[in-house]
Amino acid sequence: MSTQSTRFAARLMVAPSVFVLFIWMIVPLAMTLYFSFRFYRLLSPERAGWTGLTNYTWFFKAPDFWLAMGNTLLLVGGVLVITVVLGTLIALLIDQPVYGQGPLRILVIAPFFVMPPVAASIWENLFMHPQNGLFAAVARGLGGQPILFLESYPMASVIGIVSWEWLPFATLILLTALQSLSSEQLEAAEMDGASGLNRFRYIILPHMTRAITVVVLIQTIFLLGIFGEIFTTTQGGPGSASNTLPYMIFKQAIVAKDIGRAAAGGIIAVILANIVAYFLMRGIGKNLDA
Amino acid sequence: MGKIVLKSVRKSFGEVDVIPGIDLTIEDGEFVVFVGPSGCGKSTLLRLIAGLEDVTAGTMAIDGRDVTAAAPSERGLAMVFQSYALYPHMTVRKNIAFPLKMAGLSQADQDAKVTAAAKVLNLTNYLERRPGQLSGGQRQRVAIGRAIVREPSAFLFDEPLSNLDAALRVTMRQEITELHQSLKTTMIYVTHDQVEAMTMADKIVVLNAGHIEQVGSPLELYNTPANTFVAGFIGSPKMNLIEGPLAAEQGAHAIGVRPEHMGIVSEGGWEGKVLLSEHLGSDTFLKVQTVNAGTLTVRAGGEVRLSHGDTVRLAPLPGKTHRFGSNGLAL
Amino acid sequence: MARATTPRRKALTTLAAWSVALIIFFPVLWMILTSFKTEASAVASPPEFLGASWTLENYAEVWSRSDYPRFFWNSVVISVGSTLLGLVIAIPAAWSMAFVPGKKTKDLLMWMLSTKMMPAVAVMIPIYLLFQWLGIYDSKIGLVIALMLMNLPIIVWMLYTYFKEIPGEILEAARMDGAGLWNEVVYVLAPMAVPGIASTVLLNVILAWNEAFWTITLTTTKAAPLSAFIASFSAPQGLFYAKLSAASTMAIAPILILGWFSQKQLVRGLTFGAVK
Repeated sequence: MSTQSTRFAARLMVAPSVFVLFIWMIVPLAMTLYFSFRFYRLLSPERAGWTGLTNYTWFFKAPDFWLAMGNTLLLVGGVLVITVVLGTLIALLIDQPVYGQGPLRILVIAPFFVMPPVAASIWENLFMHPQNGLFAAVARGLGGQPILFLESYPMASVIGIVSWEWLPFATLILLTALQSLSSEQLEAAEMDGASGLNRFRYIILPHMTRAITVVVLIQTIFLLGIFGEIFTTTQGGPGSASNTLPYMIFKQAIVAKDIGRAAAGGIIAVILANIVAYFLMRGIGKNLDA
Repeated sequence: MGKIVLKSVRKSFGEVDVIPGIDLTIEDGEFVVFVGPSGCGKSTLLRLIAGLEDVTAGTMAIDGRDVTAAAPSERGLAMVFQSYALYPHMTVRKNIAFPLKMAGLSQADQDAKVTAAAKVLNLTNYLERRPGQLSGGQRQRVAIGRAIVREPSAFLFDEPLSNLDAALRVTMRQEITELHQSLKTTMIYVTHDQVEAMTMADKIVVLNAGHIEQVGSPLELYNTPANTFVAGFIGSPKMNLIEGPLAAEQGAHAIGVRPEHMGIVSEGGWEGKVLLSEHLGSDTFLKVQTVNAGTLTVRAGGEVRLSHGDTVRLAPLPGKTHRFGSNGLAL
Repeated sequence: MARATTPRRKALTTLAAWSVALIIFFPVLWMILTSFKTEASAVASPPEFLGASWTLENYAEVWSRSDYPRFFWNSVVISVGSTLLGLVIAIPAAWSMAFVPGKKTKDLLMWMLSTKMMPAVAVMIPIYLLFQWLGIYDSKIGLVIALMLMNLPIIVWMLYTYFKEIPGEILEAARMDGAGLWNEVVYVLAPMAVPGIASTVLLNVILAWNEAFWTITLTTTKAAPLSAFIASFSAPQGLFYAKLSAASTMAIAPILILGWFSQKQLVRGLTFGAVK
């Protein structure tokens, strides 16, 4: 619904964004692809050359590769489930009339302001530390043994920390969606004889579909690359129990200084991200229209 | 000056021909109303004239100047939108002055013109308010004010009254008509309301599915509709259309009788039973199920006391029957 | 909901809601409390609350041991700079997508978002090399560019959703009133979108402020922002809880304060404009 000259102007105006993003995506990707077929170790620079698929096969044969893949998906899935479920419950709770709604909301969104390295180090040191952490002190106070969170349950601990960081985001989006639901609709459902649970199931939940989609989409984008929290807390350990694909790549690049392998890992990570994105868009993309 | 000539103007969105081809001349100073059911292409036609859409084919000229490819701002037209499209962040004064500012007028000239327009439109006391603080009718006047300060060669109105309540609509209708009489500038007015078309227009263009069904003055359309579509669209309540043997008797595929031209007779005519009777005081509208002529609407006098189930006999007033052929055209 | 609630019910929900909120907020609160304790008090067992010995010494020590003002200034320049640069590039794009949508608009938007799906670690080496090669490694301008590109898809998306709420007729009215494209954007679109633009800016400043991967990868000392500052403090682990807490508090305080003061716009922004 517009004239040719406006359509032309529109294309011109969208061009800079597309151009810079395309460069930002394609140049590093091409370089990564190139490196992934090269023998490229910073520690032995004299041995540079093509190595075919060796870097890839190394990854697929690495004992902890599939574990790392699994952990990556577990992290994304776990955080999504926790934040969406808890976020919905909290949103339903604070949508009720309560005293001090403003300050309450400030407290709930606070974790979002905490940068990931700080969040990880608070949890690791002040809470989960087996000697000095608050959890350990509470356990001792109750006469039990401190739980070794990061040693015994590394993935669960990381998922817990990341969920805490993302809970405010999920809660807020879901709360906003909840507030836009007309009370007339709920009252109509009540007149129709729907119980509280049925009102949630048939009125509230469908109304929040779009919001949940947004939460899932945006969080997945950020969660697939999660790295800092693992780096700060478990370093992928103990052993490789909490290794994820991004962390594995990081280790190859920085610890082993094997750029070729890191690049191959990077390509695998990109492919994984694309597969996830594909299923995500097919599964829930249609919810975004409307 | 504002003579607008459209020659074989066509508009398609992708595969769909919204307007297959229209020729139309709008004379300088005329009040032309485009009327038709929703989706008939009337708003698209207006937007084509405004330059907000490109024509797919054909040419368009304003006062002899070809404007087919001109940008909206180069056509010297002003438009009042259905939603008024006031700038919510600007005061009334700034809203009205905006086209003048875009034209590069000096501040003093802008102020003088805004003040004058505000006086005409009774907006003087509201100049420092924002659109959000105005009533619907006031917003409408601001939109008109923004249009008149430009002194355009023609005004375009896109269903401007559809967001107002019934009483205000009548007032604004009169105000726009008076404005036309004092400015004598060409106005093109789009509506789906045939009452607005009948009361305001010098010339009505009836559109249907992108075609012009008929062009003429309100009374021409009322008295001599060119086809069944116009017959049914102009006039309220709708003209009764009767097909079958009764029409064949008169050598037509269908005959049309307006409700106000249907008489109640004591003998002869078409017998039927009253289904519904609406007493408005001045008039009584009857819906009658006849034996041979189907369901007919009748506009009877206010004194008529008939109610559901009563039997009546109906006959068209002499000389008030319209005859249509099988292609829908008037015979 | 329009319905009246009994005071008892409201008191109960208030209690429940505040408990949940305090649990969510507690880690931040505990960090702030710890930052004011002496080191001994910070690791005391059982944990000390009101009876702890309070001190400001941790802040003094962190301040004297590091160049906080420089890190802080770098953070400000990088987060604000990247957001403003992003805005300049994104506003025209969002205008196009919102008001002249085509068949491909949705796909284009999704493609933009998908560029964010590429794990940063995967392209770390190439970006590092490119930045070295371009001479913008460890420079503020380099980080401004990197974070602008990181957040550009989000900025475009948010602006797009805000712009879509503005009726197209108003822009058409501006065109009829003789405004060219530039005047249309400057006098009509931008002022109308101010709340949305404010939310976008706020959220992206926070995202950029909290970004910790590229800021650490692409800097050493000169351009390092607060995320690098905190990383250097968490290295000697375990022993200096109070100082670590003080440094952490100093790193997040500016954004915490900014966020609390502009809560309304932020809440709007946090939903990425995607939910009304």
